[in-house]
Amino acid sequence: MLLDVKGLRVSYRTVYGNLEAIRRVDLSIDKGESVAVVGESGCGKSTFGHAIVRLLPPNAKYEGSVTLDGKDVLALKGHELRAYRGNDVFMIFQDPLNSLNPVKRVDVQMLEAVEMRERVAGREYDETKAYKDIVEGLTGVRMPDPEVILRRYPHELSGGQIQRVVIAMALVMKPKLLIADEPTSALDVTIQAQVMKLIKDLKKEYGMSVLFITHDMAVAYTVADKFLVMYAGELSEFGAVDKVVSTPLHPYTVALVNSIPNKSRRDGELVSIPGSPPNMISPPPGCRFNPRCPRVMDICRTEPPEARQKDERMVRCHLYD
Amino acid sequence: MTENDTVIRAVGVTKWFEASKKGFIQSLISREPKVWVKAVDGVNLEIAAGEVLALVGESGSGKTTLGRMLVTLETTTRGEIYFMNEKVSKRLWRKVRRQVQMVFQNPTDSLDPRMPIMDIVTEPLHRSGIGGESKEAQFKTSLELVGLDSKTFAQRRVRDLSGGQRQRVAVARAIIGNPTFLVLDEPTSALDASVQASVLNLLAKIHDELKLTYLFITHNISVARFISDRIAVMYAGKVVETGPTESVIFNPKHPYTQALLKSVPTIKTHDLAPPTGEVPSLVALPPGCRFHPRCPYVMDICREKEPELRKVGDIQAACWLY
Ligand SMILES: Nc1ncnc2c1ncn2[C@@H]1O[C@H](COP(=O)(O)OP(=O)(O)OP(=O)(O)O)[C@@H](O)[C@H]1O
Ligand SMILES: Nc1ncnc2c1ncn2[C@@H]1O[C@H](COP(=O)(O)OP(=O)(O)OP(=O)(O)O)[C@@H](O)[C@H]1O
Ligand code: SF4
Ligand code: SF4
Ligand SMILES: [Mg+2]
Ligand SMILES: [Mg+2]
Repeated sequence: MLLDVKGLRVSYRTVYGNLEAIRRVDLSIDKGESVAVVGESGCGKSTFGHAIVRLLPPNAKYEGSVTLDGKDVLALKGHELRAYRGNDVFMIFQDPLNSLNPVKRVDVQMLEAVEMRERVAGREYDETKAYKDIVEGLTGVRMPDPEVILRRYPHELSGGQIQRVVIAMALVMKPKLLIADEPTSALDVTIQAQVMKLIKDLKKEYGMSVLFITHDMAVAYTVADKFLVMYAGELSEFGAVDKVVSTPLHPYTVALVNSIPNKSRRDGELVSIPGSPPNMISPPPGCRFNPRCPRVMDICRTEPPEARQKDERMVRCHLYD
Repeated sequence: MTENDTVIRAVGVTKWFEASKKGFIQSLISREPKVWVKAVDGVNLEIAAGEVLALVGESGSGKTTLGRMLVTLETTTRGEIYFMNEKVSKRLWRKVRRQVQMVFQNPTDSLDPRMPIMDIVTEPLHRSGIGGESKEAQFKTSLELVGLDSKTFAQRRVRDLSGGQRQRVAVARAIIGNPTFLVLDEPTSALDASVQASVLNLLAKIHDELKLTYLFITHNISVARFISDRIAVMYAGKVVETGPTESVIFNPKHPYTQALLKSVPTIKTHDLAPPTGEVPSLVALPPGCRFHPRCPYVMDICREKEPELRKVGDIQAACWLY
């Protein structure tokens, strides 16, 4: 097991009160395995990723345990934390431009990353060798003319090129875990497919583990081994993608799978989920999905369900008590 | 399709934007010819009364620009547009604008967040001089059509609404003046899947009830399959394939459409087979067929001569293979 998250809870202090963005989430990822976190906007996907790379804003508080390759991540400080971010995990942010510094040329930024890697590993930094490394990284992401791209500033690149530069950076850093937050939502369908293929290849070639964050189940299905379905900050269902898609257990997963358009309007209406996600500052008592759930029972309105093992996965719903 | 059925027809419609690649001073002293972005480059298109035509294609292929020209929000560089078989000239804009409307991709950008919903939705009526009781009645009808309670929402502001509610307001505003033709520009792409489903159901219902004609712009093939009767595929400013929705999706003819369909992620397959290479620059388009640098079937003729749309079964495709 590479990553082990147990009972994670993250809350943000806001002017309206405390917002519990993540609660009761357990997850483990093996070496070379990829897990996709899916769910609606605001359910806490990015917060989850930021908690694992320890990049939460100052108004956030966390509890629980995150262990990566034996390291107690939530206890890391100073030099250890920098080494962790440089060597163990690498995160591609939701907005691709956030991952790069807009006023520095691509080569400068990539060389800095290599320098950091070498320093953390306690090795001598050799610029000629480093340059070879970054060109190799860009070739690895199938970027034509890497030398030309390296001399450019981020704003001189297309969305697809920026995302490939960031992935190349991940290649150079060779993290144990790559966290990719909506890495393709700003991209075209064909470029998106190229990037997804690339992430899949990297996983195979380097045995990298991937935590993939997206609101689009279909996109996630092409790269992930497992789905972690989140609703209002909680784990609803966690299991192998094919199981989750073919026989979803949690009523929210059922609705999510069914809302993907798969027919013509002549064959009837699409299935939608009534209502909207809860206000996270004062979520409904009991199961957080209960106001929208077609199978709601009395107990759901008062008792929060526990996560249980069922049909080779974890599910949090009173139907499986 | 007979002539009379046609709601909108584009003939050789072209839009070139001047590219500001050079700095201002440089452009004063330089004698180089101007650089043009060929956003839409000779498009022929027809939409019949009551039809839903889905316009699909990559970012930057000219979908929005074409839609804007059809609703007179943009002038054409070349070519003609006919609305109800009448050639649209500047003189006719006022008349046409009463019957055509556009719904934009991002409701947050296109609606004033501080205006009450009542004012936003009824604004098109002011332009045609409708007020008073009739205005209130029409507000109520159009809000009910989009599934919002008119009393609850009349005085609310856009900033207090969810994404799905905002898009419903944008649709209510578009239909309040009883238009004939709607251009919907990616109306659901900013929404979560579950909300998208309810907005799509709504757009299908309104289309039936009001007997509207839609141009539905989307890059999501599953959405196009759900909503449309016909699909037109754009690549780098040109329509490269058009035909009945099911034929285009299940039996595409143009190599670009084939590549596009193999790039669409679904929960049916783990494998994608995207085309290689990048979308071409619209400033310096490749000669001949615009798709030739990425096409797996490229032949000599493709590099020299541009193919025109040609009939292939019930599809029209612009490709030398046919
Ligand atoms: N810095 C912050 N301070 C206070 N609340 C925050 C902060 N960042 C996020 N939140 C809140 O925490 C919840 C989870 O947000 P998060 O960004 O993790 O969601 P997400 O699933 O990534 O959404 P999206 O799909 O829109 O990116 C939301 O209710 C959000 O408003
Ligand atoms: N006002 C303008 N001035 C200059 N260039 C423009 C202008 N509007 C659009 N363009 C350019 O025209 C091309 C076509 O743009 P358009 O917005 O029509 O594409 P699209 O197919 O709608 O893309 P998307 O899927 O990203 O919305 C692009 O290269 C764009 O940058
Ligand atoms: S616990 Fe109850 S309300 Fe929640 S998802 Fe299960 S059945 Fe629905
Ligand atoms: S015309 Fe030639 S290059 Fe263009 S799509 Fe057809 S085969 Fe490919
Ligand atoms: Mg996010
Ligand atoms: Mg557009």
